[in-house]
Amino acid sequence: MKTDIILAGVGGQGILSIAAAIGLAAVKTNLYIKQAEVHGMSQRGGDVQSNLRLSDKPISSDLIPHGKADLILSVEPMEGLRYLPYLNPKGWLVTNTTPFNNIPDYPEVDDIIKEIKKIKNHIALDADAIAKEAGSARASNIVMLGAASPFIEIEFSDLEEGIRQLFSTKGTDVVDVNLKALRAGREFSQKYMK
Amino acid sequence: MDKLLLLGDEAIAQGAIDAGLSGVYAYPGTPSTEIMEYVQASKQAAELNIRRKWSANEKTAMESAIGMSYAGKRAMVCFKHVGLNVAADPFLNTSITGVNGGLVLVVGDDPSMHSSQNEQDSRFYAKFAMIPVLEPSNQQEAYDMAYSAFALSERVNVPVMIRITTRLAHSRSGVTRKSVTTQNEIKLPENPRQYVLLPAIARVNYKKLLSTLPLMDSLAEESEFNVLTKGKSNRLGIIAAGIAYNYLMENIGADDQYHVLKLTHYPLPEKKVREMYEQCDEILVLEDGYPLIEEMLKGFLNTGKPVHGRLDGTLPRDGELNPAIVAKALGMEVEEGMVVPEVVKRRPPSLCVGCGHRDMYTDLNEAMKEYGTGRVFADIGCYTLGALPPFNAINSTVDMGASITMAIGAADAGLVPAVAVIGDSTFTHSGMTGLLDAVNLNAPITVIISDNSTTGMTGGQDSSALGRIVSICKGIGVDPDHIHVLTPLKKFHEENVAVMKKELAYQGVSVIIPQRECIQTFARRKRKEKKAAEKK
Repeated sequence: MKTDIILAGVGGQGILSIAAAIGLAAVKTNLYIKQAEVHGMSQRGGDVQSNLRLSDKPISSDLIPHGKADLILSVEPMEGLRYLPYLNPKGWLVTNTTPFNNIPDYPEVDDIIKEIKKIKNHIALDADAIAKEAGSARASNIVMLGAASPFIEIEFSDLEEGIRQLFSTKGTDVVDVNLKALRAGREFSQKYMK
Repeated sequence: MDKLLLLGDEAIAQGAIDAGLSGVYAYPGTPSTEIMEYVQASKQAAELNIRRKWSANEKTAMESAIGMSYAGKRAMVCFKHVGLNVAADPFLNTSITGVNGGLVLVVGDDPSMHSSQNEQDSRFYAKFAMIPVLEPSNQQEAYDMAYSAFALSERVNVPVMIRITTRLAHSRSGVTRKSVTTQNEIKLPENPRQYVLLPAIARVNYKKLLSTLPLMDSLAEESEFNVLTKGKSNRLGIIAAGIAYNYLMENIGADDQYHVLKLTHYPLPEKKVREMYEQCDEILVLEDGYPLIEEMLKGFLNTGKPVHGRLDGTLPRDGELNPAIVAKALGMEVEEGMVVPEVVKRRPPSLCVGCGHRDMYTDLNEAMKEYGTGRVFADIGCYTLGALPPFNAINSTVDMGASITMAIGAADAGLVPAVAVIGDSTFTHSGMTGLLDAVNLNAPITVIISDNSTTGMTGGQDSSALGRIVSICKGIGVDPDHIHVLTPLKKFHEENVAVMKKELAYQGVSVIIPQRECIQTFARRKRKEKKAAEKK
């Protein structure tokens, strides 16, 4: 078993929290994990990614080679497309549709959606809206994790446990909102795939 | 013991804590920052009373670590590659003084310049200083190497460098810990003049260093971290240093046709290298950074067997390695993957919305209009992003503190007014001495200390002179009439521009301090306060 994941977004959007939740779940289930992330200058509103590799066998490279990712999980619609060279032809692109517009030449959202739809295996959802419904707009990253969860070979209950651990210091309200967000994201994908 | 999920940086920190570390000294800099941050957040480090505060710069950090080592305790010093330039003076001299307690230097190199102004390779510094280097290939090795480096330092009587690159520093994996070593007791050097580098003593110490080199060689030769694996074919022998080993294994996996030397402990283990060289028809060197091993193998005349690497174009001459680059070097097919659609635009980093530096640049650009462009010397920090649109406000970023001193030189050449833009943390790092030069010369420069009360770019570490910038400038001798504290907010734009214009026209040293807390640390502080209030 192996799942190679590219997490994509803009600095500050919370992809490292997604990675941390998966990481906690992976360690608990004794999977091997390597997760390379971006710190420093790019975190100031630039494009950021994290390479997250899970396997039941030891993992060599911290970086995922082109064409090998099983999943691109993007919290921003344009950013997911940036890493398409990494996607395995059978892999999934799971992306938020709410744009993060901090550049002067940000493209028309419709043009981005057109490109997303060209990918055979894709799921696109308005994670920000779903997160608000779940109780906190800030949980949209966790909605995305939920939406991508069917493609990550970790038991959903272990991911839930990862969320509990990750937010445990922030109080039960925050834990509950994020669990709700996680489940809402997963439901979206499950319905979509039926 | 449970596995910990740690960044390469964090694994080094945990390894050092478990190895009986007594103090860590550092100045923040990507990709090394998380080492100190981990020790600061560690309950274990707090219980062990490990010394763990930021220093004003890398030189002061290095020197303090030397002092702790002098007193017999194990000390670690951490910074990024260009930080070693700042600390080069004490660093090179510690291989002459020798150590007492184990002294470990962790340097974060940044090939591909993810967050740096060059991609210098610290292994050259270690060779220059004649000290061993450990270059971990994964997080477990980062832990194990930090754990063993202090004893190695004590054994060979020089500091040991751990060289890590950005990719490993910022990549997480599972790490298994070893048992905790107790800290050393205070113990003075046996020779009370060991650290007195008068020429007569330094000459003796230097000979002692030279006589220790064979021991360093043999320890590298026997090191568990240098592993030679024989292949079925003698066509190609591959030397893979540090993280390059992972990219190699990603490609060759269980394929055993190559001879592979995993090289993570320097000086180069000559016997192992020679054994591979003599058996194989050709050699390929995979190393992140400069072609250090490749150059040594080739020699100046390059008369031996073919040695491939960065110098002959088998690998790119610059930038970090990755699995695809290594696959190409092995002659394997590389998947290109899908194409990035044209709709995807570049998204460079930018100053945060609400950041005080933004208002400072808006004010400065307005005030500079009458003088034209090309006169603003900036420095290293978030405000370096003022080079990009929409501000296009600065003309230089060279090294920590260079803004003030470059402005002096430009003013000397007749470029008056010349302006320096520097942050509060960079000012206390290396700007204060330059300001003293300016005062002594009465240089016609305007220094803008954009004070966000933190070290922002690296994530908001404490600034050395919080709340004391004005008194430092006065103490250095700047005329108090020409020191102004401004609030960089839109509503003060007109008056801020007026102050800047007035000081730009002044034929002496002015210091303008736009002062507003970093928007990131502000938000973090507010969240903390809110949480604390909820608890009550």
